[in-house]
Parts: sequence; C-alpha cells; structure tokens
Amino acid sequence: MTCMQDLSKSKGATTLERPSWWEERAPQIRELKFTLYLLRQSPLVVVGFALIGLFIGVAIFAPWIAPYGPEQRFWQLPQQPPSWQFLFGTDTTGGDIFSRVIWGARLDLVIALTVVASAIVIGSVLGAVSGFLGRAYDEILMRITDVFLAFPALILAMAVAAALGRNLTNLTIALIVVWWPTYARLIRGQVLAEKERLYVDAARAVGASPRRIIFRHVLPNSIFPIIVQATLDLGGVILTAAGLSFIGFGAGAGVAEWGLMIADGRSYLFQSPWIATFPGLAILFSSLGLNLVGDGLRDVLDPRLRR
Amino acid sequence: MPEAILKIRGLKTYFYTYAGIVRALEGIDLDIYKGETIGLVGETGCGKSVTSLSIMRLVPDPPGRIVGGEIIFKGEDLLKKSEDEMQSIRGSQITMVFQDPMTFVNPVLTVGDQVSEVITLHQDLAREAVETKIDEIQDKIVQIDPSSPDRQRLMERVKELEAMREHPPKASRGEIKKAALHRTIDVLKLVQLPDPEKVVKQYPHELSGGMRQRVIIAMALSCNPDLLIADEPTTSLDVTIQAQILALLSELKKKIGASILIITHDMGIVAETCDRVGVMYAGNIVEISETKALFKKPLHPYTQGLLRAIPKLHEDIKNLEIIPGSVPNLIHPPSGCRFHPRCPFRMDICDKEFPPLLEVDPGHSVACYLYPEKKR
Amino acid sequence: MRAKAHSSSSFFCSDCSATLLAQSVFLLRLVSSVKLRHYVIRRLLLMIPVLIGVSMMTFTLSHVIGDPVAAYISSQDVKLSEQQIQRIVEAHHLDDPLYVQYFYYISDLLRGDWGISRTDSDRPVIESIQRYFPATAELTMVSMVFALALGIPIGIISAVRKDRPEDHATRVFSLVGVSMPVFWLALLLQYAFYYQLKIHNLPNLPSGGRVDQFVWIDNPLHVVTGLYTVDGLITGNFAIFFDALVHLILPGFALSYVFMAVFVRMMRSSMLEVMRQDYITLARSKGLSERVVIYRHALRNAMIPTVTVAGLAFGGLLAGAVLTETVFSFPGIGRWSVSAIVRDDIASIMGFMLIIAVVYMLANLIVDLLYAWIDPRIRLG
Repeated sequence: MTCMQDLSKSKGATTLERPSWWEERAPQIRELKFTLYLLRQSPLVVVGFALIGLFIGVAIFAPWIAPYGPEQRFWQLPQQPPSWQFLFGTDTTGGDIFSRVIWGARLDLVIALTVVASAIVIGSVLGAVSGFLGRAYDEILMRITDVFLAFPALILAMAVAAALGRNLTNLTIALIVVWWPTYARLIRGQVLAEKERLYVDAARAVGASPRRIIFRHVLPNSIFPIIVQATLDLGGVILTAAGLSFIGFGAGAGVAEWGLMIADGRSYLFQSPWIATFPGLAILFSSLGLNLVGDGLRDVLDPRLRR
Repeated sequence: MPEAILKIRGLKTYFYTYAGIVRALEGIDLDIYKGETIGLVGETGCGKSVTSLSIMRLVPDPPGRIVGGEIIFKGEDLLKKSEDEMQSIRGSQITMVFQDPMTFVNPVLTVGDQVSEVITLHQDLAREAVETKIDEIQDKIVQIDPSSPDRQRLMERVKELEAMREHPPKASRGEIKKAALHRTIDVLKLVQLPDPEKVVKQYPHELSGGMRQRVIIAMALSCNPDLLIADEPTTSLDVTIQAQILALLSELKKKIGASILIITHDMGIVAETCDRVGVMYAGNIVEISETKALFKKPLHPYTQGLLRAIPKLHEDIKNLEIIPGSVPNLIHPPSGCRFHPRCPFRMDICDKEFPPLLEVDPGHSVACYLYPEKKR
Repeated sequence: MRAKAHSSSSFFCSDCSATLLAQSVFLLRLVSSVKLRHYVIRRLLLMIPVLIGVSMMTFTLSHVIGDPVAAYISSQDVKLSEQQIQRIVEAHHLDDPLYVQYFYYISDLLRGDWGISRTDSDRPVIESIQRYFPATAELTMVSMVFALALGIPIGIISAVRKDRPEDHATRVFSLVGVSMPVFWLALLLQYAFYYQLKIHNLPNLPSGGRVDQFVWIDNPLHVVTGLYTVDGLITGNFAIFFDALVHLILPGFALSYVFMAVFVRMMRSSMLEVMRQDYITLARSKGLSERVVIYRHALRNAMIPTVTVAGLAFGGLLAGAVLTETVFSFPGIGRWSVSAIVRDDIASIMGFMLIIAVVYMLANLIVDLLYAWIDPRIRLG
C-alpha cells in the first residue's frame, strides 16, 4: 500500500521509498497484541506471570526485602521453628531461612538466566552454521547433539561438573553444556526451512547473503519458539541446579542456594522440617510459574488454536 | 405421490463462538423422497455440510447446537431422540459418505475391521453365521471325492443347517466374526473393489484415494440404509475416478433402494446424478426443483447467477460472469432475505422478512418475493 | 560393553544387554515384513555412532579434563609416590597421544575393565554396576508401570472432559508434578508417611532401604532376576515379596509422580488432537458408542506421540532415580553414583554415565519398536 502511494506521488521517478521499520512490522505487531490478549484470557497463565513476577521481584529487590544478610548467623539460635523474628525459622547454623530463600532467588535466577542465555547463543550459532553449511558438517553436528541428548540432563551435568570440579561456576558451565543442543536443533530446523523457502527467491534475488537471511527471516520466525522453549527451560534449569546442589555440587557450604538448603535440612528433617520445606516451596513456585507461562505461550502460539 | 422418508421443517443450527453467534442454518425446509437422488448445492460456507451433520445429529457440541425445528424420519422426530436411539439409527438407517478419503479413514485399523464393525454393530449375524457355515461345508463338498463316505455326512450336515435357517441359534463370538468377515467381503465386492479378500486385511494407507472412497461407501451401504448422505463425495478425487464413484452410487442406490442426498458445489454432478436439487444460500434453502426444470428455468436470482457463472461450451464468452458482492457474514447476516444485498431484482420488501418457500410450478419451490404462490 | 559375569547377585544386568538384544531378535523374527526389519536394523546401526560418541565424551571427561590417574587409584592409596604414579601412567598408557589413549580406553571398556570403584570397596566398576543396577531397574519399572497405569486413563478423561472441573484439576495436578523437585517430594513423603505415622504410633512405611534386615535374614531370598519382588513371587518367598513391595511404595510414588505428570499432559494433548480428526466423525456417523470411538479409534492414534514422549521422559525417570535413591538410601546405581561424586571417584561416575546412556538408548529403541508396532504406516511402509 505504502509503495503504491509513493509511486503515485513521484510520477516517473524510479526510486521507491521503503516503508518505515514500524510499518513493515505492523502485521507482526498486530500478532503480538493478539497474543497478549489471548494470554490474558487464561487465568492459569495470569497466575504464572504473577509467580514469575514475584520470583524476579524478590531476586532483584533482595537486599531491601531480606531482613538479614545471606551470611548472617545467629549461632545461639539454631533450628528455631518459624516465628515473627524468623519467618521461616532458622537452620542448623542459625541462619534465617526466610532471608536465605530470598537471597537464593537471586542466585538461582542469575544461574538460570546465564545458562539459558548462553545455551541460546551457542546453540543458535552452531545450529545456524550447521544449517547453512549442510551436508557433512550438518551430519556431524547432528551426531554430536545426539550424543549430548543421549544422556538425561541431570546425569550429564553431574559428570561434567564432577570432571571440572565442584563449584558454582562449573555447575553453570555443566548446565550450559547440557542445554545448548536443544537450541542448536531448533535454529537449525528454522534455517533449513528457510533455505527451502528462499531457494526459489534466491534464484531471482541477487544472491542474498546468509547473514541477511538469518537476520531478516530466520530470527523473526524463531523468536516465538525460542521464547517458549527458554521459558520452559528456565524452570528446568532451576530444578536441575537445585538437584545438583542437593547431591553436593555447585554451591559450597553456607551459600544460600535452594537445593543446598534442602540438603542441609535433610539431616534434621524430622526435628526441624521447616529447614527443608521452605526452599522446596520456593523451587516449586518459581518453576510452576515458568511452566504455566511456557505452556500458555505454547498453546497460544499454536496456529490452530488461534482464531 | 412418492412418500417422503425424511421431512425437515424449520431446522435452525447455531454455532456459539468467541466472535459471536454464527447462524449457520436459519430455518431449513426439505423433503427427501424414497428412492430419489436429491442434490444440495451452494457455495462453500452456505451450510450444506452443517445440514447433513444436523440430520445425523453430529454437530460438534461446543460450539454448535441445533436450536429449533424438526426432522421427521420414518414418522419420528430425530431431534427428540436420545443419543442411544440415534446411535442405532446412524450407520444402519441413515449413513454418511464423506469428502476426503485421506483423512476420514482411521489409519491404524484395517479396512476389514472398519467395515465389519458397522455390520457387527447393527446386524444380527446369527443367521449369517449359519449361512457362512453352510457355505464352508458346501465348499468342502465340492472338493471331496464323490464316492467318499464323508460326503454323505457333510451333505446331511448341510441339510441340518438349512433347517436352522429360520430360527438360527445364538452364534458364538468367533462365528460372528467369521460371519461379519464374510459380509464385509460381500460388501467390498459390491463396491467393485478388486480382490476383496486381500483388501480386507490391508490398511488404508496401502490403498489409493479412489479405493478408499469405495471403502467408505462400503461402510455406508453395508447395512442397507434408507438414506445415504454423501457430503462432497468426489471433491478430492480425480475426474475419472469421480465418474466411476458417481456411477457406483447410482447403481447401488437402485440395488438397495436407498435415497441419496448429495451435497456438492459442482453443478455438473447435480446435472448428471440428481433427480431433484435444492439450492442453498447463507443458511437458507432458496429454491427446490426437479433438476431439468432448474436448469431450464431457474427462478431464484441466486440460482440464475450460479448457472450464468458456469461457462457453457457452445457459448463464446469474453468475460466470466460473477455474482457481485461476497458471501455474507453469518454472525451478522443481512435482514430479511440474505441475498438481497447482491440481488439485481431487489425490492423494498426484501430486507424486511425472509420470503417463505412457496411452490410456484408443480414440484418447483422458490423463496423469493418475485414469485407469488401459484393458485392450484 | 559385555563383561564376564562375575557376580552371583543376578544375571539380570550382566546379561541385560544380551537379553534385550535377544528380545529384539525375537521381535525381528515375529515380524514378517521386510520393511520393519530394515527399520529395526537401521535403528540399531544408528545407535553405534552415538555409542562411540558417548564413549568419546566419557573419555574426554575422564582423561582430558579430569585427572586420568584418578580413575585407577583405589581407596587404599592415600598418598602415592612418584614411582607409583609413573607405574600407573605407563600401565594405562596415559602419556601416549590422545588417540592412542582412546584406543586403549575403548578396548578396556569392551573387555569389561571399567576401572576401580573406590566408593564401593574397590570393586571393579562393572561389578558395582551389576550389584546395584537391579535395584534401580526394579524401582524404575515399578514407577513406570504405576505412572502409565494411572497416567493414561487420567489423560483420556482429562481430554474427553475438556474444560470441566476434572480437566482443570488434572492440569493443575500435572503442572505441579513437572515443577516439583523430586527430591523434595521424596523428603516430604518420608516426613509424612514414615515419621509422622511413627510418632503417632500408626503403622508406617519404611524410611528407606530395599528390604528390612531382619526379614532378609529370616527369609533368605534365592535371587534369580535381581528384582526382589519378582524373585520373591517366583520362589514363593512372600515375606520378601511383601517387604520389598512395601519398601518400594514411597520412592516409587515420588519417582512416578513426575513421570505421570508428563504422561498425563502428553496424553491429554494428543487425545485432543486426535478427537479433532475427521475419522472420528466418520466413526461416530457409523453409530458407534462414544466409548468405542474413544477406546478403539482414538486411543491407538493418540498413543503414537505419547509413546515417543514416554521414551524421552524415561531419561527424566533415570535422573529422578538418582535423587530418590539418595533420599531413601535405596541401594541402586543412583545412590552409588552420588557417593562416588562426593569422593571424586571418576571411574565410578564415568561407568555410571556409560550405563545410563546405554539404558536410555535401549529404552528409546524399545519405544521406536513399539511405535512401529502401533502404527501400521511405519510397519508396512
């Protein structure tokens, strides 16, 4: 439409004015608005967003919300049941569980975001390259991802973390190692689909460079599936990281990490059940929120369910 | 005067969606006579398929619902029947043939299973079981040496079984299965499938589109229905197969004495196969007539437009004729006659109330204010 | 991967790969279709490069990143002299170029020498696996059976009664299931059904372990498969059967809840998908009752994607077993691997990795075979 108007304005001119970035994206923006509208419809999704909001809010505002610091200990008051002073009680070394859960939110959020972001970047690059080069390179990458996906997530992360050494950084690296193949496959699939489609166009166009193809076509189409996958994976990473810390990886003793706190609480499970209970609830609700939203997004983006 | 096996009066079917209430059928009147082939034509979205689903009461319940009218079948109102009663009617007295043989057959069950289950469900196979046993033994008799003593024994057994024909004993599971299989092969032969014994064991994906459609027809005819509803039965098929299938349907209809309701958007099929035809537009029937009469003298402006739009071989046409405007939105349909926005003969009265379906010539009814009722 | 069967604890594991192989061959013979045979053989062949890749990964992790010598040190060797270290290095070719090392690594693996398990009293790793695998297998299988037996019907009901209270309840139930840390659930169960019941003097479930010591001593079990419940049944040792079953309840439930949740979700969505299909309309038009339509026409089609997901989720079951066994002190390979981690016992950890990868791959292979069996389009091509 815009092009036509411009043509009529400049009679006989040979240049076409390109529509602005916003105008070009108008249909996609409409889609986005529709998506947001659909999301608002489902009560479960709204609850999910609320939970995520709570999680992120707590993590960001930890220093202001937490009554006590993560290292603070009341050595004389170990294993206190929940009270007004210590909302969730204290643990074996006298640390306030409420505060530590709050500080743990920060830690887990950082780990989860780091892992998923890195996995997306690494996976996308490798997947895109593999998709473009095709043939032998592609086959090799597919076999490599097969090998990584031949292990359940927790177990592969265990082995990598064990080989590297048991600390938080290595835990994060191990988790990145586990999660990148999914994104590699996702992006590769998109690239291959685009290659199929653009093959005809490329014959007409003047050899569009791969970079152009990626940025103009693959990326916009992949955004939604990546977002869905990433949301669900954030939940998965939190669960796996907690599991690993529970076993003995990752966080060193005393760090406020939810999985580790549950491990601590295990020895005194019967006498002081609150030590293990509250961190677990925190994991549950954060993961639940992410899964609710991830599910909601996936349902909403299903082309058949959109009206 | 032929008797009507199906009488639809004032059928209303609505769909309740997010966007609004879709008034898919707004008071349909239709009669189907015994032994005839009647066509229902119209554009996509005019409600033809909804009509067939409504007759079978298979309208998907959210979001659709039959909200009014009556469907009298063999003297009883189908809309008042319970689901159990409907289940005994479906597949045996009223059956359907569908559009796309690719998607309408279950890929994980064999052809034999899918056809047998209709037979087993609706028919008492005890007698068939006896017949099957008789056939089996008679086959053996043919093979055996005439002088052997076994032959005598077998012939006596056959006589015993023949006596049981009138009051067959209750058959066992295994016997029923065999009997059903026997019947299934017979039905497959009826629809002219080559090598039915082999086809029975095959899966749908091993057959071609035309063969699959024959299987669906076999399923529909296996219990000798009174009414067969064919919803665009040939749309997905090649033209050559199309001709075969239509011929098959006509032949079988005569053999079985069923009535056929063909739903289509193709006037060519109507011309070839139908005795009478009804024209639908936007949820209403606007004209019903005998086929020849419709083509010779179409009364409703919509029908005239439809027929004009089909280029004829003997004419020399520069431009294709179209009916101006587009199909109305069924959530907010035009008031009165739904065609009036596009009608070249529009009058003031046309947007006030929907014109009743009146018989203008013998056997030729139309719903249009252009035609007052002819006094008989 | 095949090792000589040393231990007397069971033949299940030492022949587990052989057993599964034999079963695959049996299935192959059952199926007359050439196409299916090709399909199966192709799948088996595809496993080989992945297995090679897996061994490369364990090799990299243990020899390249970690300290390779550590794999061959037993718990007795607290402090080794230079000479002793040098001897180990030579014996296992650890100063040779990597590809040579890899060659020896593979040949060791194939011979059955997977290193020494420091964690498990210096047994060869292969033996430790043989020892502990049956317990994990039993736990996993019980959980899986339970999850499937409940998950499939719940999924069907949820789909058929979409958007009604049963559906909402099920969705919440399954969402919580996939969001819940399984080790935390295990702890809660332990707290509620062991501790709380006990202190109120009610009959309680055991806090862990596989069988009660005293029951074991009084009723020695003649081990056949290594699965105590099965063995108890077939040898008529009902005391053990019952005891083993009781010990499986809590860990089995904890483990199966997550799996069940995944299953219910998948079943629901694939049933919804199938019920929308045209052939369902045709089935209804034949006059079939809704129940027949669901169970004979819809279910089989819906199972196809569900079975695939089940195979992938099986990995989660294995991972969950690690955590659950730890909480309940269940003597399986999961718990063994966790103890190995605490001790930095690289050999055990890598052995664990290998066996898990093999089991997971075999599970997916079985799933693929099931898939071909259910869907005639794949079976007959």
